[in-house]
Amino acid sequence: MAGKNWMPRWFYQLASPKWCYQITGKLLPGFAIATLLLIVVGLVWGLAFAPPDYQQGNSFRIIYLHVPTAYMAQSIYVTMAIAGAIGLIWKMKVADMVAKCCAPIGASLAILALATGAIWGKPTWGSWWVWDARLTSMLILLFLYFGIMALNSAIESESTAAQSTAVLALVGLVNIPIIQYSVYWWNTLHQPSTFKITEKPAMPPDMWIPLLILVIGFYCFFAVTLMMRLRNEILRRERRSSWVRELLMQQRG
Amino acid sequence: MVATLFPLGVSPEPTVLATLAPGVVWVAALLSTLLAMDGLFRSDFEDGSLEQILLSPQPLFIVVLGKVIAHWIMTGLPLTLIAPLIAVMLFLPAEGMSGLMLSLLIGTPTLSLVGAIGAALTVGLRKGGVLISLLVLPLYIPVLIFGTAAVEAAVTGLPVAGHLALLGALLAFGIALAPVAIAAALRISVSG
Amino acid sequence: MSFDSFSDFLAMGGHAFYVWSSFALGLIVLVGNVVLPMLERKKLMAEQLRRIRREEVQS
Repeated sequence: MAGKNWMPRWFYQLASPKWCYQITGKLLPGFAIATLLLIVVGLVWGLAFAPPDYQQGNSFRIIYLHVPTAYMAQSIYVTMAIAGAIGLIWKMKVADMVAKCCAPIGASLAILALATGAIWGKPTWGSWWVWDARLTSMLILLFLYFGIMALNSAIESESTAAQSTAVLALVGLVNIPIIQYSVYWWNTLHQPSTFKITEKPAMPPDMWIPLLILVIGFYCFFAVTLMMRLRNEILRRERRSSWVRELLMQQRG
Repeated sequence: MVATLFPLGVSPEPTVLATLAPGVVWVAALLSTLLAMDGLFRSDFEDGSLEQILLSPQPLFIVVLGKVIAHWIMTGLPLTLIAPLIAVMLFLPAEGMSGLMLSLLIGTPTLSLVGAIGAALTVGLRKGGVLISLLVLPLYIPVLIFGTAAVEAAVTGLPVAGHLALLGALLAFGIALAPVAIAAALRISVSG
Repeated sequence: MSFDSFSDFLAMGGHAFYVWSSFALGLIVLVGNVVLPMLERKKLMAEQLRRIRREEVQS
């Protein structure tokens, strides 16, 4: 089709599982090192060098885990929905696999965000759980991840499962703006977002720079785990193909 | 039914019940739409008429919307109509009545629309009924929150228009987009 | 450095339990996310190698 020429070449190449397997193999070590560096630097800076909060004391240091994971839980959901949409529209197998691999990572990070939020809530608000808008919508996000994983495993045919979960993920996408703005819409306990693109953060730089480092570090972390899962998934689905066979033979030596 | 269980289970105190009433009615609405949801496309799928519908020249969007409206008339509408009765049984203050009726009237169609997406996704599966609730309940929560908020605002005499407008926005959004998702989900489920 | 000594750092100004339990949890989740795919890959590789060997024996 002539109308499709606006798509860059790498987009088509991504559709090939073999090419995708090779390129992720090359990218993986770099991302792994970046993840390790960023997370270690961010954590050490955040835990030991950032000044304590004048109201919450040292318990605010949980922010260095809470905010990046909460960001990631949402970003991963969006990634999953986009990958699902690409899989639906272009029938691209690799995109289906990416969407499938996103769900467990996102669910684990959503759990972590909720758990750290609960632990943080105890010393600051005085209770583990508050039925606050932000918390509730984060919980909905977690349930959405569970629903998607359950639907994916309930359908036997791989392509049907991928398409169905893609539809569900796209429907659930409505929830993302609700989470994002819940803090402004309902004037509840949870504090507003830490970062805004248009404004300078209200914290001193010694507090938000490590946080920013950690957010970037968590993005890299997501990339690493996603690529690891994706490579497994590619190998599993392409196990009958000749290139996987050759790869295995090389491994055996 | 669910509504009569609450006074027995919690306590027959009028004051307690009055504070619980909006939530109870809304949860009952949610459960009743869910219970009927599983059968929405199932019988059509089993006797093959669903495939006929997919192949028919009528746009699927309209057919699906018709099915959802039929489902709403079977579940949401009767519930809206008997809601005042339940509300009286639960000692909901009279000021909350109009808010309750209106919020149910606007909110329950959204429940039917969203639920139908879940039903369409799981129609080909044997254990679809359990899965539907897992898929659909998270999506119901915003409707539930706005619905109960509307009733509570009405009871305390605050303006309800804002909550009702949000419910209306959800409904408008749902009518425009849900049939598309349902149609896509049906095609996937039937072809797979 | 916002702490005077290492024991101060561990005490977290009285919030040690909250801070360290959440970071321990975080560590578990992060490491789990890396280790699980590794284990899966190992299992997958072994399975496929076994399958290939079986096919070679049969043919």
